[in-house]
Formats: sequence, structure tokens, C-alpha cells
Amino acid sequence: MALTLPTYPQPDGRGRYGRFGGRYVPETLIPALDELERAYLAAKADPAYLNELDRLLRDFVGRPSALYLAQRLTDYAGGAKIYLKREDQNYTGAHKINNCLAQALLAKRMGKRRVIAETGAGQHGVASATAAALLGLDCIVYMGAEDIRRQAMNVFRMKLLGAEVREVTSGTSTLKDATNEAIRDWVTNVRDTFYILGSVVGPHPYPAMVRDFQSVIGEEVKVQLQALEGCAAPDAIVACVGGGSNAIGIFAPYAYLPPDQRPRMIGTEAAGEGVDSGKHAASVAGGRIGVLHGSLMYLLNDPEGQIVPPHSISAGLDYPGIGPEHCHYAETGVAEYVPVTDAQALEGLQLLTRLEGIIPALESAHAIYYAVGLARELGPDRVIVVNLSGRGDKDVAEVMRLLELERQPAAMTREEVSA
Amino acid sequence: MTATTTRGAARIHAAFARAQTEGRAAFMPFLTAGYPSAAEFPAVADTLLAQADLLEVGIPYSDPLGDGPTIQRASEQALAGGTSTRRTLQLVGDLRQRHDTPIVVMTYVNPIYAVGPREFMRLAQAAGVDGLILPDLPPDQDIEIADLAAEHGLAVIFLIAPTSTPERVKLVAEACTGFLYAVSVTGVTGAREGSALGEVPAMLALARLYARVPIAVGFGVKDRQTAHQVAQVADGVVVGSAFINAVRDGEDVAALAADIRQGCSRD
Repeated sequence: MALTLPTYPQPDGRGRYGRFGGRYVPETLIPALDELERAYLAAKADPAYLNELDRLLRDFVGRPSALYLAQRLTDYAGGAKIYLKREDQNYTGAHKINNCLAQALLAKRMGKRRVIAETGAGQHGVASATAAALLGLDCIVYMGAEDIRRQAMNVFRMKLLGAEVREVTSGTSTLKDATNEAIRDWVTNVRDTFYILGSVVGPHPYPAMVRDFQSVIGEEVKVQLQALEGCAAPDAIVACVGGGSNAIGIFAPYAYLPPDQRPRMIGTEAAGEGVDSGKHAASVAGGRIGVLHGSLMYLLNDPEGQIVPPHSISAGLDYPGIGPEHCHYAETGVAEYVPVTDAQALEGLQLLTRLEGIIPALESAHAIYYAVGLARELGPDRVIVVNLSGRGDKDVAEVMRLLELERQPAAMTREEVSA
Repeated sequence: MTATTTRGAARIHAAFARAQTEGRAAFMPFLTAGYPSAAEFPAVADTLLAQADLLEVGIPYSDPLGDGPTIQRASEQALAGGTSTRRTLQLVGDLRQRHDTPIVVMTYVNPIYAVGPREFMRLAQAAGVDGLILPDLPPDQDIEIADLAAEHGLAVIFLIAPTSTPERVKLVAEACTGFLYAVSVTGVTGAREGSALGEVPAMLALARLYARVPIAVGFGVKDRQTAHQVAQVADGVVVGSAFINAVRDGEDVAALAADIRQGCSRD
């Protein structure tokens, strides 16, 4: 079956999802964004591009990823059936590679030999470096000094893959600053450089393009669930949300269905130490509308417009904004966004590990935690799909540190878990 | 889009015209508000204003993606010292008590949204701000901002770049009411090696087809020599990072400003 990339009713011709989105960038980039949009639309209609992407997603990434019935987790929750969309099975360990390969192929098609990317924990950086190595492109990854310190293994991976990792020391030395620096690089080298943006954020057409590339997740779920449950739509979908690329990938294929055919869609935001603590990354629950990285979105910013540094146990959700399409979903009620704390995510991680033998990424663990409660709430004869966006290998050292710190039971015993 | 000439736009045009009659391009130094500290900023601004045809004051911002390292660091330092959006407008208001020179405020769009566009414009007007430079707001992204600014007597200044297509140059030039800001290079603010001129003549030739306002050139203009190159083709010369660096390094800001002002003369 040949791959097709979807066409959704949003955004409008100006790159807006309702009032969100847009292109709040230096004028220097506007022609480049126009060029990118034209190139993307042409690629989307070109069988040669689609066939190549299809081949790589299948043979290089290993798609389709499984839709796996988590029976013991379902039993534990004692309610709805919980399926896991296993994006953790993808090569490089998360959904990020879906987008990186598609963008790198586009870069090559546009004749841009130099690609740049931003990264927080390093997952998008590794995926970008991987795609660049595969396609023979020069790759530069911007990464905050603080994140470089915390993610030494991913830094080495990127270097091994031939990428140059540039340390960012401005601002808070984390993901948002790495993104600023990538944009500055792009402004400077715009004529020969392709910016591989890692989430559904940034100026139009990035949020739409990244969504389209990630929608393979939800499209596969439709087919798999039809075979497993005789119905393409579950009762509910749960996915974690930072910028929101894995969530949009599983939401968007359902989001534009008529309301009565649409599953409940729930994005779990990183509530850190709690939304009231001020130490969180929950942009919908605790943010105000503002502009960051070229897009109007819900944003953690103070009354004077300065960006408030986010906090989350998971680096991948540690972003002060959320993609404009999610903002529109939130405002129109198409999806719900709920806060899940660090502690709850840690609990979700341990639950899934002990019950299913799957160590999820800390990001995905936010969704797991919420899904357990939701399964109870919905009751039997219902079906939930959780997007297991990435695997937890990268987090093991951090989890060990946290569990020892809190003297919390790695000692959660077998009896406690099955209680 | 507002074609009305606001009070701020008229004052800005007059400043460009005065320089023109003196055989110069208008000299427009830039300083980040609250830099090097809230206490020291007024004296540095006074020094620059003594030489300036117009002064550009930047609102310190946490995420200035159009700025190079110099202005990034200046913003961080100013923010750490407690100068944010409202305080910047107060500082400009204080300068206005002592100076009649036009002052334009450079701000990323998020601080305007956070304060509230109408409230922001009201505060800017009360402080005696003449215009707003909006580096991350292409004019077609928010047409209400320009109208609100006009309603409060403020000029709006948008930017063009060497990458701008004729269509974009036309759109941007026609939206500007104070002056048109032409970015000399693809890149962010800051001193760099070599000529500041590069792609400027071609860009200005295109811009002159559409602009009904003066055209100032900035980014990478750092000394008398680069200012002089730019002054031969532009109506105004903007110099920012060079002054921030001079303040940081304890150099003679007055002498640098006088030198660059002289560089703004036409051959």
C-alpha cells in the first residue's frame, strides 16, 4: 500500500488554527517559509517522494509499530481495555524519527546539504543526526549546556553519527534556548540550510508539516484497531504533550471526524511539582496566550511577556509552549488537556515496567498514569489507546537517581503492584 | 493598514529630514533599556542622545531570537536588574523629560501581547515614545497592532531583509509609517567582520520603489567606516551592539558616538 500524506481542514491559508499559529518571525525567514511550504506541498503530491518515505518508514524505522493490548495493565486498572501504540519500537526509540526522515528527505529534494536541529533531551537530535547520516547531509544540532550535561550518552550518539553538537549557553541553557539558537542559525544561513524542527511548533508550515508526518501513528491505529476490535475509533486516546508532536500524530486522524464519531482525546501535560507550584510545563493549564518561536500559542510567560522557564521530570515535555493546533483543540473542546505531575509519571513508569515489562520514556509515562485512572472511570467494554511515544532507556539513570532520592520503592513489591 | 501620519511619524520624518539637510544620514544609536543597569542606563542614554538624530531603545526580552550574543547578554543583564517591559517605558518617559529627540522602542511582540496591546500603546504614548520597531512581527501577522499604534500617535517600523522578495518589500514598505528598517545581512544583530554594505544597495533600490518613508539600515554597522559606507545609500544608520560592547568594556561611549555620527556624513 502506497503511503499518502493526509490533508486536514486546518490550518487556514495563513497558517492559523483558529487564532493560534501564524508566522511571528524575522522577515528574513518569510521567503524561506514560503519556499518550504511550496516544496512540501509538491513533495506530498510526488509518488517518488512518498515511495521513498514509505520504504524508509518500513525498512529503516520498522513501521508499522504494534498496537499492543496491555492485558496486565488493563487487569490492574480494572476497567477499559488499554492498548499501547508502540512508538517505542521505532528505530532510535521514539516517534521523532517519523518526522526527521520525512524532513531530511525534503531537505535533500530541495538541494539543501546542511541541516540543523534543536534538541532537549537529545531524542530529536539523535533522530535528526540519524536521518542526516542515512541521507549524507551535514548536520548541526543545537543543545543547551544544561541538557548536554544531563544527556551525555545522546550527545555522544549524535557525534558518532557524524553530527556537530553546538552548546547553547544563552537564557536558561535548555530546549527553548537551543530552539532560539537554531532559528538564529537559520536566519543567518537560510539560503543553504534546512531547519529540521522537532515538534508541532514554530512558524507555519512547520506545525502542519510535522503533524502530517506524525499522523502515520493515528492512521495505523485506525487500521489495527479495526482488525482487533472491529472499530477504527477507540473510546479514548491518551498521549503526552510537550510541544505536542506524538499527540497530534495520534489525534489528528480523528480530530476532524464528526463529533459523534470522534473518540475522547486527552493530552497529558507535564505538571511538574504541580500547576500551583509554579514549577511545571503545563501550558494549557497554567499558561497565557503568547508568541514563542514564531507561533501564537498557550505559553508560560509572565505579565510583562518574559518566558517563564518550564519544569518537568521529562526533558521532552520541558517546553514552555504547546503547538497551535493543540491550542485550537483545547479552545474548541476537540481534545482535553490534563496535568500529570512528576510523581505521577514516575508511578506510571513503574507500573508499566512491572506489569508489562515495558520501560516507557518518562514523557510517555505521563500518559500511562492518566490512562489507568481513565480506564477505571470508563469501565469495562470500553477501549483506550495510549500513545507510547518512546522507550525509557534514556531515562533509566535519572529514574534511578529520583527513586533513590525519594527512597521510593524501586521497592514497590510484586504484591503492591498486583494489589 | 494606516496611511495617516501620526505625531510620532511626523517627528521621525523631521529628524531624518534635518540630517538630510545637513548632508548626513540620520544617526540612530541603540541601547537596551536597563543596560548596564537600571541606575546607569539614563546616563548612557543621555550620552548617546547628545549625538543622536533618533534613539532606539530595546525592551529586554528573555528570548530575543533576532539578536546576536551581544544584545542577548545585555537583555539578560537588564532583566536580572529588574528592567522588563513596563519599566522600559518608564525609563523612556524619564528620558523624554530631558530630551526632544525622537525615541523609538524595539520590542518583540510577546511583551505587547502580555501587557495587552491597547494598554501597551497607552503606556508608550504616555512615555513619549515616537515609534515601535517590531522585529518578529511581519506586518501581515497582526494588522490591529499598526492600527492601535496609530490611534496612540505612534509610528510603526517593520523590517526587510536581503532575502525579501519584491512582493514582501512592497507589503512591508507600505505598512511602515515612521521609517523602513532594512537589515543589511541575513543574520542576527551584532558586529561582524567585513563590509556592512554587501547586499544593501540592491535591497534599497528595490525598497525605494515602494517606500514612502525614510529607509534606515542596521545590523553589523559597528564603527565610523561601516557607518560611512551605509550612509552613502541609506537615509539612516542604526548602530547597536557596538555601543553595548563599548559600555561593557568601559570604553568612551561619547567618543564612539561622535565618531560614528561623523561617519554618517555623505561624500
